[in-house]
Amino acid sequence: MADSTGILVLGELENSSLTSTAKELLAAGRILADSLDQKLSIGIVGADLEPSAQDAIAHGADQAYLVNNALLSEYQPELHLAALSHICRQAGPSIILMGRTESGRELAPRLAVRLGVGLAQDCLEVSIDPDSKRMIALRPVYGGNAMAAVVCTGTPQIASIRPKAYEPLEADPSRHGETVSLDLDLDPSMARVKLVERVEEESEGVQLETARIVVAGGRGLGGPAPFKDLEVVAKLLRAGIGASRAAVDAGWVPPPWQIGLTGKTITPDLYITVAISGASQHMAGCSGAKVIVAINKDSEANIFKEARYGVVGDWKKVLPAFTETLRELVE
Amino acid sequence: MSLNIVVLAKQVIDPEMPMSAFQVDRENRQVVTPANIPPVVNGFDENAVEAALRIKDTQDATVTVLSMGQSFALDVMKKPLSMGADSLVLLQDEAFQNTVDSFTVAQVLTAAIRKLGDFDLIIAGRQASDWDNAQVPLAVAELLDLPSITIGKKVEVGDGRVNVERQTPEGTEIVEAPLPAMVTVSNELGQPRYPTLRGIMAATRKQPTIWSAQDLGVNTSKLQHQVETVDLYLPTTDKECEVIQGEDEADSGRLLALKLREAKLI
Ligand SMILES: Cc1cc2nc3c(=O)[nH]c(=O)nc-3n(C[C@H](O)[C@H](O)[C@H](O)COP(=O)(O)OP(=O)(O)OC[C@H]3O[C@@H](n4cnc5c(N)ncnc54)[C@H](O)[C@@H]3O)c2cc1C
Repeated sequence: MADSTGILVLGELENSSLTSTAKELLAAGRILADSLDQKLSIGIVGADLEPSAQDAIAHGADQAYLVNNALLSEYQPELHLAALSHICRQAGPSIILMGRTESGRELAPRLAVRLGVGLAQDCLEVSIDPDSKRMIALRPVYGGNAMAAVVCTGTPQIASIRPKAYEPLEADPSRHGETVSLDLDLDPSMARVKLVERVEEESEGVQLETARIVVAGGRGLGGPAPFKDLEVVAKLLRAGIGASRAAVDAGWVPPPWQIGLTGKTITPDLYITVAISGASQHMAGCSGAKVIVAINKDSEANIFKEARYGVVGDWKKVLPAFTETLRELVE
Repeated sequence: MSLNIVVLAKQVIDPEMPMSAFQVDRENRQVVTPANIPPVVNGFDENAVEAALRIKDTQDATVTVLSMGQSFALDVMKKPLSMGADSLVLLQDEAFQNTVDSFTVAQVLTAAIRKLGDFDLIIAGRQASDWDNAQVPLAVAELLDLPSITIGKKVEVGDGRVNVERQTPEGTEIVEAPLPAMVTVSNELGQPRYPTLRGIMAATRKQPTIWSAQDLGVNTSKLQHQVETVDLYLPTTDKECEVIQGEDEADSGRLLALKLREAKLI
């Protein structure tokens, strides 16, 4: 693919609209497209795609490739992979960006192999090297203990970007772009992986991913009961509540509470941690928090290297007074 | 009929080692292997061994553990055997030193899986705790044209199908695929079993099969790296923590709340 050109973002839809991750990818892609002076396209698959295509163009795309097919309206890995690789082949881009989302985690590595190239996984930043004109991708490795800059040697170059690493561009409804509908025959028998049942855990409180304030507890809480105390704080502040993996592994709280590299990525204005040591794999999920607060009895804990405010002390003594004062302040 | 399960496992630097022991050699773009801290089997791969053994607990199955690397700590890599796996195959070659490039690793593992012959199920950890690539199992699945299911917390096999309960950000999902298939698992699967004394004894007697690139028929000069590391460094933070200290711990808690109000955060 010597004449490959253009940046292609593979965008996801949720309830028939473009996800915020897709818009973040367009923001990243726009930067690459402008530095290479190439076009930015988006590829989307599903049903009834025209409104999303226009939305993508308003958010920075010059062009949209659509694969309209009712079989793609629900996520099915093999059918989606077939449709995405079809778009990639038709568009022939020099660079492909995907989101490191739930489905991106499954699809990006397979897509890269299908295209015969390597993937730069879970990147925080992508840019163009002024000399080689190749993409340089920055990615945390070793659980965030180190940062690696990587380049893909093949074409297309492909990177998956961590959600929330970029801010979407302001929508500009005056932008225009063309949409290209691609035909693709999909055979339902290609779908070998079948969803049997989905069980969503009841989450009463505020959603972690979008919460403005998040409160979380770790192993130092010592059991499930103290999370009730954290829930009181969360209620007072209308905050989301989360946990470290150690607290999840201990069975004190359910897995969807986990924040970190292999849990949720949060970007609140305020993140209050209680008895969490701040291991790099935990920080990987909350480094986008504007202000981190730590309550921890160990003044050497790593969390104090990342926190803006901290109290060195036993949560059993600190938390009740903290909570009471909060109550007085907010009520 | 006996079920053939292959588990992919990687030897990694212990991720639980103190952060202060973590160092990079920027010039050679490598993480320095710490001198006094033994490596471990990647945590999620131990979960994969556990998932395979749970299947073996309920039906006739053979569990083969497959690992690729350059220099193995044999006592470490034998742990799956002492947990109850049947055999260990180590892919060891000077040319396998770069395990950063998932594409290359997947090609070598695929060659080994083909050489092993019949298999019904491959289980692997969701990602390795060193390069966090989370790619190799899916790349192997693509190369072997297998259906793949990721982030499993419960893996069951019956009627020629694998049935997986997987963890999602919202809850759980039950997903099925026909065998042969690839499944990746996560820590939500639960604690891997501890090796029993009998298991440890059995493992000491077992010798791993060792295959070189040549044994696999892999032409190492054709293993072109698809992703290259051009820089590797320790991240820096310039954050200053303001430690709030009152007359006692309770007072500190009170002052902290007041501070957050003053900073207009609440
Ligand atoms: C591949 C991989 C992926 C991972 N993914 C994640 C992830 O997504 N999310 C995640 O969180 N972790 C993850 N981890 C685990 C991570 O490395 C840490 O083990 C984990 O975050 C530790 O949780 P913790 O801070 O609650 O526990 P600990 O590290 O044990 O810290 C407990 C803290 O509580 C403090 N404490 C104890 N008692 C008190 C008290 N009475 N008052 C005040 N403070 C007290 C202690 O000083 C200590 O700092 C991952 C690890 C690996 C290898």
